[in-house]
Amino acid sequence: MATTAAPQPKTNRIGLTVLDYRGGKTTLCAGCGHNAISERIIDAFYEMGVAPERVIKVSGIGCSSKSPAYFMGRSHSFNSVHGRMPSVTTGAVLANSKIVALGVSGDGDSASIGIGQFVHLMRRNLPMIYIIEDNGVYGLTKGQFSATADLGSKLKTGVINDLPPIDTCALAIMLGATFVGRSFSGDKRQLQHMLKAALAHRGTVMLDVISPCTTFNDHEGSTKSYKFVKDHEEPLHDLNFVPHFNEIDVEYDPGTSINVTMHDGSSLRLRKLEEDYDPTNKTEAVKRVMESHDAEEVLTGVLYLNTTAPNFIDMINMTDQPLATLPESVTRPSRAVLDECMEALR
Amino acid sequence: MATTEFAVHGAEHGAVRGPVVNDFSIQVATVNGSGSQSANTVLLRAIFQMGVPVSGKNMFPSNIAGLPTWYTIRASKKGYIARKKEIDFLVAMNPETAREDTISLASGAAVLYDEPLKLNELRSDVTFYAVPYDKICAAVCSESKLRKLVKNMIYVGVMAQLLKLDMAEVEKALRKQFAKKVKAADLNWNAAKAGYDYAASSLTKADPFTVERMNKTTGMIIIDGNAAAALGCMFAGVTVVTWYPITPSSSLVETLIDYMKEYRFGADGKATFAIVQAEDELAAIGMVLGAGWAGARSMTATAGPGISLMAEFAGLGYYVEIPGVIWDIQRVGPSTGLPTRTAQGDIEFVAKLSHGDTRHPMLLPCSVAECFSMASEAFDLTEQLQTPVFVMSDLDLGMNNWMSEPFQYPEKPQNRGKVLTAEELERAGGFARYKDVDGDGVGYRTLPGTDHPQAAWFARGSGHNENSGYSERPDDYANNMDRLAHKFENARTLVPKPEVVRNDGNEVGIIAYGTSHHAVVETLDQLQSEYGVKADYLRLRAYPFTSETHDFVAAHKRIYMIDQNRDAQMLQLLKLDIAIEEIGKLRSVRHYNGLPIDARSITDDIITQEGK
Repeated sequence: MATTAAPQPKTNRIGLTVLDYRGGKTTLCAGCGHNAISERIIDAFYEMGVAPERVIKVSGIGCSSKSPAYFMGRSHSFNSVHGRMPSVTTGAVLANSKIVALGVSGDGDSASIGIGQFVHLMRRNLPMIYIIEDNGVYGLTKGQFSATADLGSKLKTGVINDLPPIDTCALAIMLGATFVGRSFSGDKRQLQHMLKAALAHRGTVMLDVISPCTTFNDHEGSTKSYKFVKDHEEPLHDLNFVPHFNEIDVEYDPGTSINVTMHDGSSLRLRKLEEDYDPTNKTEAVKRVMESHDAEEVLTGVLYLNTTAPNFIDMINMTDQPLATLPESVTRPSRAVLDECMEALR
Repeated sequence: MATTEFAVHGAEHGAVRGPVVNDFSIQVATVNGSGSQSANTVLLRAIFQMGVPVSGKNMFPSNIAGLPTWYTIRASKKGYIARKKEIDFLVAMNPETAREDTISLASGAAVLYDEPLKLNELRSDVTFYAVPYDKICAAVCSESKLRKLVKNMIYVGVMAQLLKLDMAEVEKALRKQFAKKVKAADLNWNAAKAGYDYAASSLTKADPFTVERMNKTTGMIIIDGNAAAALGCMFAGVTVVTWYPITPSSSLVETLIDYMKEYRFGADGKATFAIVQAEDELAAIGMVLGAGWAGARSMTATAGPGISLMAEFAGLGYYVEIPGVIWDIQRVGPSTGLPTRTAQGDIEFVAKLSHGDTRHPMLLPCSVAECFSMASEAFDLTEQLQTPVFVMSDLDLGMNNWMSEPFQYPEKPQNRGKVLTAEELERAGGFARYKDVDGDGVGYRTLPGTDHPQAAWFARGSGHNENSGYSERPDDYANNMDRLAHKFENARTLVPKPEVVRNDGNEVGIIAYGTSHHAVVETLDQLQSEYGVKADYLRLRAYPFTSETHDFVAAHKRIYMIDQNRDAQMLQLLKLDIAIEEIGKLRSVRHYNGLPIDARSITDDIITQEGK
């Protein structure tokens, strides 16, 4: 009797299947952009072969901050307090600089209650990926404006936003983040490439991902609706990312692309739609973001990239072994040291 | 404003007195920013080096330069190191406060003053010594801009002569103070000598206060509580320190930075620690908890306003069960309050810091030695109990110099608590984060980065079940809260036990904690020698209260709780903890004017309440 071998599930370079990167069942609304982002995170971490045990997922409060429960269940996770994801992540990375830190926040969590911690995290260039799942609205408290809501956008209740939005990307670029991008939850290819590149970067990656709220903010008049973004999205460039362990040669036209070598030796290729865009030019990056506001467009892509700036862990000059597990013989100075200290006080 | 209330107590304070040896207080009234701190330290150390028990207290304004500052040095042959309410010797260097400072002195005191102030015209029942500082200064210091600083060292010389201090000890103290700055040391030494010579040739000793050599400080050290705490934390093995500057806690972390830079670099030349100045106290405590979650020995140091900001995170730490040590160097509140004055004002707030049902263990150091030893105890306790632990110091302890026996090297190995490694997890076949396996209310945890597919758990401030899964189920919530309460009950057996200083079956028992201890020790003697009242005394060293405290309350007819706050905060906590029929025994002695507590005030209050 002929037998057919059962098909082997596809595995990544560390032998895990994509199922090993899944989490609990989502409790967010059907069609929520956040779920799409979770899917892209799963794909990116799977494809890059990052061991989930090496990853921490940290979040604040809000719909976005609930989402770490819905992906990568084999990773430690911390759903902390509103607007304080940056400090909790900072502490964890200080304690163990070997872990891969992924922070998930929302526009309310980052741009309103957490703007102080957002600002100072960007300044420090802490090695982590910081995702803002940006829908311009407070979903969990049923539909109030957030600080990224566009001027003139309208709530279901008819209330019109009359305050200007905070552009978290422009802020992040100016403050010191070294990898700043904007994408759209519905742009599967761009977001996934961006996340994979983010995993190769050793500094603060800040990604603002427009993520329409199907319940409170996906209607005509909302500037963060699915339709609005699809109609107004202007990609800066096609993104392609080649991990250093992946030998696939991606074809591209040298005349219209630039390669950026990432920290781990892999290469991020930005396929520019415009000949003159240089993501390493800070001033130009901010200018382009500002211009996109004037043009009422959502400029997507990697807006800014700096692979040479030292990150926070470099600056602290910390020992290579995680501080958390240093043995007592290293962390408790000798009796002779105490004697010396006492003698100086006599 | 004077820092001492005018009062005459006991037989000691008559107008006529015999020689008073090694038992007096000196108050130096200056302007902050004038460099008087060095001079005061030299004076303090010189007395200390002569073997006489001494304490120094700085009463300074929340200001950088130009406002009145008082420094009090107390010499006590009996070893009393609390603030003495009465001032025996005033060094009046500040024209703005000189008159009031002089008027508020008790009869029989002595005053050293700058000649042009003419303080001697104010009263005739104190001894006056006039010193022409500017003239002496001009002779020893050619640079006019340095004269303001050198001027202070002149009074050190004058005082040395009047008190019969050994000038060799003054020079030793002075050279230690200026350490490597030889030029500054020489200049100051010349000033001190000039002051000494002036006093010897031009002043006639007319007050009774002198210093004679003793041997009560041999081998001892002088250090402030914040530096002692810093040393303690370094030897406790702290690895992550995050902080936001706030008086009076800043010097704790600043001293820690100095020590760590000196002694905590590894063989690879890299730091075995991370110290981060955060953007505010919210971030400081957030980083502490993030680091504690990831397994580090993490801490922050702050004061009242910082504690207020940390309330939300403190609740998170309690509910998610994460270790972290928070030093609260208490100052006077509420609000900004008196940032440079001392209090025990955060006790009740910290005990329950957070919304919702919350309890936190607090350690209560009374001395620099305990600031050192309780650092290790706090880190062991926080990892053992998996909950934030607060160390409640205060400004008096933290920022003032105290003499102490040298600190004891921590003998106990670090207790890192119930942390499962990948191998242990493999053997166990999994774990439930919040399951009370051992019956002590403390579950097992894994650290992020543990290389095992079942290692992950979900830390969340929202409702959770034993497996750290999200839950809004009534039974899950109630069971979890009951286990947390059980864990806190269990903490009673783990926190430092109180020190039962005296328990001789007397009717009256005193309970105190923190810096009040030094005044209470003196009060016990005053009560007995002046009023014939014998009292027992228990010193709390931690919250929650332990059985020793309950027994002490039960064994006495009247209990006086000493609180350095208006609202009798520790008494309020004790009330919640003892049997209803015992509550009527509790009486309160409160001290809350911003100054370190003194024995006389406690004695008077107890005597009044005793109806004597």
